[in-house]
Amino acid sequence: MSQVRVLVGTKKGAFTLTADGKRDKWEVSGPHFAGWEIYHVKGSPADPNRLYASQSSGWFGQLIQRSNDGGKTWEPMDNKFVYDGIPGTHQWYDGTPHPWEFKRVWHVEPSLSDPDTVYAGVEDAAIFRTTDGAKSWQELSGLRGHGSGPRWQPGAGGMCLHTIILDPSDPRRIYIAISAAGAFRTDDGGITWRPINQGLRSEHIPDPTAEVGHCVHHIAMHPSRPGVLFMQKHWDVMRSDNAGDLWREVSGNLPTDFGFVIDVHAHEPDTVYVVPIKSDAERYPPEGKLRVYRSRSGGEEWEPLSKGLPQGDCYVNVFRDAMAVDSLDSCGVYFGTTGGQVYASPDGGDSWAPIVRDLPAVLSVEVQTLA
Amino acid sequence: MIRVVLPAHLRLLAKVGGEVEVAVEGRATIASVLDAMETQYPMLRGTIRDHVTHQRRPFVRFFCCEEDWSHEPADTPLPEAVASGKEPLLLVGAIAGG
Repeated sequence: MSQVRVLVGTKKGAFTLTADGKRDKWEVSGPHFAGWEIYHVKGSPADPNRLYASQSSGWFGQLIQRSNDGGKTWEPMDNKFVYDGIPGTHQWYDGTPHPWEFKRVWHVEPSLSDPDTVYAGVEDAAIFRTTDGAKSWQELSGLRGHGSGPRWQPGAGGMCLHTIILDPSDPRRIYIAISAAGAFRTDDGGITWRPINQGLRSEHIPDPTAEVGHCVHHIAMHPSRPGVLFMQKHWDVMRSDNAGDLWREVSGNLPTDFGFVIDVHAHEPDTVYVVPIKSDAERYPPEGKLRVYRSRSGGEEWEPLSKGLPQGDCYVNVFRDAMAVDSLDSCGVYFGTTGGQVYASPDGGDSWAPIVRDLPAVLSVEVQTLA
Repeated sequence: MIRVVLPAHLRLLAKVGGEVEVAVEGRATIASVLDAMETQYPMLRGTIRDHVTHQRRPFVRFFCCEEDWSHEPADTPLPEAVASGKEPLLLVGAIAGG
């Protein structure tokens, strides 16, 4: 019997939510690491019982936890993230130079083939890699050394590298995204990187079509079509059909194209999900109605999905790493809110129900489909 | 032995209850006590002071014999009462945050 395990990171701990393939009865485990901010938890595709968690606090800094038994027990691993060489400066909010300072790990991305290899996206923006199961971390400094670093600037949440996408067809190709620098790609396993922001337009920066400086919120890819990317930018939902070389807007009939999450259906590469948020000044759903929007045509044409979601007085947000899909025959879609709800749809978004309603604010949601 | 009281979160992380005791070779200072602590409890590395610079994390303070030692040079000898184990070194996390 199939099983799904949802890994939830919150402001005050991690939770695992498990169910069988019907996805109607859930067991909740947690809080793990109670009281700590858990920015992200993710399992290894090569060994689903191997999990990695980013645990941090303003008091005691960053920890990395590893589980070898699907989250039953955890072990603290190496938490030494040291930039390669002299880190230099990026732009501060007011445009002045500001030294690069490590603050936290936003995202952990286990390798598709090796449980001991993991990438970590950090604030201030950089990408690190471990090849020994998180016993040690090394920066892939070609990204920060690309040359545009002095022009990168933090978003409201900090200057974070929040998205890491590994190309299943080419282990040398990795996509990342930074708020607010934009998207970058390596084609040589992380040695050299180049910005892939052509076609983006951001009215709130001095040069709206600049090479870097765009506040990319999240990127999603379907593994069967790794050259096609979908992006939720600060404003605008974008699509690239050539591995990020050129983007075009596909916001279409969305009620607002501001938002954070974006994801792709497990079996339909042109079925995309977003959660429109009213504006960057008012970070809650339009009209107080929580609606996921689905496009079955790879963008442009979107339909609201509201069955089972609150349609009044709802003023939560959905953060950038807080949506995921399972790979059961009827694709499950999951997202978590700043109000502590985790919603699940076992039918590709047609209907929704909360798995839990009262967790701390949800920072991230991942899901594992287990045999 | 030097007695050290950790904040609750770090006690959980280090899997210890109450006070911990560490042996320090040579003179007992903040630096030598933290060196010994991090050897005995490697999971605490980076949580009290920076890995590289050894600068105290801003929301952590050190107290000895009811006095704030947070801003003393890290190689200052600790009071005899702490060095002898009569009094503990307190590591205190700020009461702040949401």
